[in-house]
Amino acid sequence: MRSFAPSAPASLALPARRSSYFPIVFSSLFLLTFLGSYKLAEVQPLLLFEAEGRRNILKFVAGMFPPDLSWNFLNLLGRPVLETIQISIMGTIVAVAIGFPLGLLATSSLTFKGILNERELAGSRPRAMLRKGSYLVARAVLSLFRTIPEFVWAFMFVRAVGLGPFPGVLAIGIAYAGMLGKVYSEILEHVNPGPQEALQATGASKLTIILYGLLPQALPNLVSYTLYRWECAVRASAILGFVGAGGIGQQLEISMRMFDFSQVITLVAILFVMVAGVDVLSARARRAILDRQRV
Amino acid sequence: MYQLDRVSKQFDGRIAAVDDLDLKVRRGEKLALIGPSGAGKTTLFRMLNLTIPPTSGVLLFDGLDVSRLSGRRLREVRRRIGTVYQQHNLVPRLPVIHNVLSGRLGGWSLWQALRSLIRPKEVELAYEALSQVGIPEKLYDRTETLSGGQQQRVAIARTLVQNPEVILADEPVSSVDPALAAGIVRLLIDLSEAHRKTLIMNLHSVDLALAHFPRVIGLKDGKISFDLPAAEVTDEHLAALYAASQAETGEEVPSLAELRPVRSCQPRPTS
Repeated sequence: MRSFAPSAPASLALPARRSSYFPIVFSSLFLLTFLGSYKLAEVQPLLLFEAEGRRNILKFVAGMFPPDLSWNFLNLLGRPVLETIQISIMGTIVAVAIGFPLGLLATSSLTFKGILNERELAGSRPRAMLRKGSYLVARAVLSLFRTIPEFVWAFMFVRAVGLGPFPGVLAIGIAYAGMLGKVYSEILEHVNPGPQEALQATGASKLTIILYGLLPQALPNLVSYTLYRWECAVRASAILGFVGAGGIGQQLEISMRMFDFSQVITLVAILFVMVAGVDVLSARARRAILDRQRV
Repeated sequence: MYQLDRVSKQFDGRIAAVDDLDLKVRRGEKLALIGPSGAGKTTLFRMLNLTIPPTSGVLLFDGLDVSRLSGRRLREVRRRIGTVYQQHNLVPRLPVIHNVLSGRLGGWSLWQALRSLIRPKEVELAYEALSQVGIPEKLYDRTETLSGGQQQRVAIARTLVQNPEVILADEPVSSVDPALAAGIVRLLIDLSEAHRKTLIMNLHSVDLALAHFPRVIGLKDGKISFDLPAAEVTDEHLAALYAASQAETGEEVPSLAELRPVRSCQPRPTS
């Protein structure tokens, strides 16, 4: 051990090691949280293996086979499958249309902070307050949109506009606008401000700066995240049918309520294929975009 | 063109980056600013191109008090001032032509700007500007595929398209190969002479400043250390200008005798 001791003279003191209690405090907090949650959430893994649980699971699984592949049933599914995809696409478009402008407002480097606003807002307190106000409102609206789950939105819209795919589109549109807007604003805030400063110095207006300096830099990330959200929208729209918002979920709910598990397994398989397909498609698109970025 | 009266700039809680500065620049003048890193050169430039406002003092541009301007009137004054940056500040993913034409954004409406992204307007103007900086063949290349020196030329072409009355060049050659540095400095001087523009350049390199500019200003700790015709700048002036940074970093003071034959771009590396 001695040989590893620093041979520096005693006067050359090492910089003081900064010790911190944070890791210890945080690990014990985490442990307490875990134990508390385990207790309160009534986690009882053994329940799965009790006689009654086993019997129910067996009945459920046995009922699934053979899957219902009768023409009558499959014929019934064509429209809902298409509807599910259409709900997801329209929902995502609505979400972009609402989320993008709100996302711009919720980007602090555009509304009131940083180099793009320093000169503009200097010495004009009311204007600075107004800008900050619109930023806060946009943030609040976005977070309201996304804290309410799309399922609950769908429930409300079914009451408002009746059964069918349209409430599903609205539900996804609103809930996803909240998520898209939030992430858009984060992407936009991390774009290199240099080119934007340069454009501002040529006398360009804010909107043209966004068009030439901000969006071209952020576009790959924006598109890639939007595609990812579309994937999630397919999953979500398949479920929204449970509350009567159209799509394959409606059929799934009927089959489940009728304990027709052979139909359920067919529907789950179709859902799986759909989601996997969209997965592959958007992954390809994303890779194409990101590769182009790295030319 | 510019008249600065006791201009100071403080960033919150820190010492003044620019401190009580008086400066007069005449129309058509060419001057270089030199000084150690952290002397406040870039801060001064950002005030001169109306990116940031001074904390105190009066800044007149062409006799106009710009401190109260905002919105459209601020943009109109900004259009008259062109800036070339050390880091080019181009959008890497856009083709060269859009980066060049973005110098025209001050004069375009949003609708015109949007249309130009799809079908470029004023292609001849962009081509003309690129020809003047010597790389017309790069018109439709993606900007990020160009070398550092070429990108700086694109940035200069953007300023030409903007057609301002003043060109501010903030260390335009610091990120360029030293061999190309003199060429780019020369290019900026020639272009501003040909188009009768005022040119203010921030330089890291003392020898480039002394060799190419009639008027040289030494900036140190946010204050003017000397403001002289290039021929009158002596070793003593330079020693005084770089004295503090020598104490801080242990660098040697550059002397004229050392610098002139070396022709290096960055006699005072910052790190």
